[in-house]
Amino acid sequence: MNRVPRITTELNLIIPGKQKDVRTTEQVDKVFHIIALVICYALIIFAACIVIFPFLYMILGSFMQEDELIAGAFIPSQGNLWENIAYNYTETLSRFNYFKYVGNTLVVGLSTTCLCLIITIVSAYAFARLKFRGRDTLFTIFLGTMMIPGEMMVISNYTTMSNLGLIGNNQQDWQAFVVMILPFIASVFYIYLLRQNFKQIPNELYLAAKVDGKSDWDYLWKVMVPLAKPTLITIFILSLIGSWNAYVWPKLVVNDSNNWLISVAIRGEALALEDPNGVMITQYSWQMCATVLTVVPLLLLFIIFRKYIMSGTGRAGIKG
Amino acid sequence: MEEKNNWKAWLYLAPVLILMAIFTFFPLINTFVISFMKDYNATTGANSGFTFDNYGVVLGLTERIQGSGVLDTTFVAWGKPSALTNTLLITFVTVPISVVLALFISILLNNIKFMKSFFQTIFFMPYVTNIIAVGMVFAIIFSGSGVFNKIFGLTTSWVSPGSSWGNSMFVLCLYIIWTALPYKILIFSSGLQGIDKQYYQAAKIDGSSKVKTAFKITIPLLSPQILYITITSFIGAFKEYNAVIGLFNRNYTSNGNVPDLYTVVFYIYDKISAGASRMQYAAAAAVILFVIIMLFTIVQMQVSKKKVHY
Repeated sequence: MNRVPRITTELNLIIPGKQKDVRTTEQVDKVFHIIALVICYALIIFAACIVIFPFLYMILGSFMQEDELIAGAFIPSQGNLWENIAYNYTETLSRFNYFKYVGNTLVVGLSTTCLCLIITIVSAYAFARLKFRGRDTLFTIFLGTMMIPGEMMVISNYTTMSNLGLIGNNQQDWQAFVVMILPFIASVFYIYLLRQNFKQIPNELYLAAKVDGKSDWDYLWKVMVPLAKPTLITIFILSLIGSWNAYVWPKLVVNDSNNWLISVAIRGEALALEDPNGVMITQYSWQMCATVLTVVPLLLLFIIFRKYIMSGTGRAGIKG
Repeated sequence: MEEKNNWKAWLYLAPVLILMAIFTFFPLINTFVISFMKDYNATTGANSGFTFDNYGVVLGLTERIQGSGVLDTTFVAWGKPSALTNTLLITFVTVPISVVLALFISILLNNIKFMKSFFQTIFFMPYVTNIIAVGMVFAIIFSGSGVFNKIFGLTTSWVSPGSSWGNSMFVLCLYIIWTALPYKILIFSSGLQGIDKQYYQAAKIDGSSKVKTAFKITIPLLSPQILYITITSFIGAFKEYNAVIGLFNRNYTSNGNVPDLYTVVFYIYDKISAGASRMQYAAAAAVILFVIIMLFTIVQMQVSKKKVHY
């Protein structure tokens, strides 16, 4: 009854095949492990090179002379590299109204994002904290809309906007911006993301705030919003990137190229040079400069906010 | 407490409900209705009753102008590329390849420690980039005398106007796979981190090989993520559009280009920008897209019910 079983920490290794002993088996294991690791790294580096190649070539291409790029050179010639870079970028910036397009994109992106944040915060709060009849049904319906292709909405939104006189040949600048911003303020995905975060905040905090005589509204802005800051930053960045990459809707609804967003501009702007016969020839090296100017800010944003972006998208989201 | 909060909650939800009513729920119903309207005019809203003809026109069964004898075969056609066949091809080529590749890369990444987060960052980079801009870079890499042909010693015309449908499709699929990988790798990697290490230790004690471990332990335990990724990427691939725009500067049919690289969504936008009298065809095509996506999702959910381990 009182006997304590003796526990041994020693393991008896039984190795099939009598000629092997423990030491050689360990060594063989180690060698195999190293070989496997080397193969692993080799494959990963190979795949990483393929993934990174377009970015690399985009930058290298923007440093090349036009005929070098067309001939498929890999490295820009060294002789007059700096003159080339300066020439390509100044010529591109003189034709491609970069700062205007970035300004437009920031106006649309920041307005959409800020309005979206306010609306997301109050509705996520209602879904996470308040109790009301039909809450779960409504939330399921909201989530269901994420499955529906956006094109279903685009058609009617386009007609609604043009019936309101916001789309058309005599579109004012403010109208263009309103049309680009309005449909994207309410986002079910961000509401979902923030609701999940709000739900993790313990109930005791809410009750404590109630005891202190705080209203729901105060509690939301003074307690929950500061606690959910990382998620809010994630939403901010993702929404901003979304506006930077928006193409379809802005292309469809904007008439005047002065109101183009950056993605529309990069596909729409002809970066061409007139040859002696008066024919306009697209300069691919300038096109590369324009893509560098479009993509590099995104990559910088990504590197700075990597943690927020990857955690946000990683939490089961639907892209686009 | 419930009763007290009721009206307050609706007050909090009011902004989002108003916006969703205008920009999500109303358009959804409206698009359905438009798709059945005869002689619909988007500017005036005028129509002459309901009909199934819009679907007939989109599917190339009915003439758009009665008696003209001209059938629109851009959406679906036999024996030549059309929007629907292109989309199906893109879906069934890019989704399986990108899922398998992403799974492979995630498992490799899971086996290393040194520089792991560096490589994870690299593999995630295409996710944040501009599809249009990088598409233009791909177009230059694959141009007739471009760097791809130079590396492999080829002179093939891949993407320039006049190149064959097959070549263009090859580059398009390659580009779509490139853009589709990062999100999948991210989801698979976080799924792999959630797998209990005990399973692997048990497998090691049993003397199971790495390959066998991957097939018998990793993939079954990752099946919820695989299902989620497969469904979302099917939906994504059906809606492919930006990659086509970025890669090929082939605009709408009005420019006289052969629409051999149309996708379903491309067709829809083509019809929207063709003017107020074509909107009902865009609506009909959108409803068809919606139904296809729904069917695929339901089928995948049913098939996976028995195979997915939660």
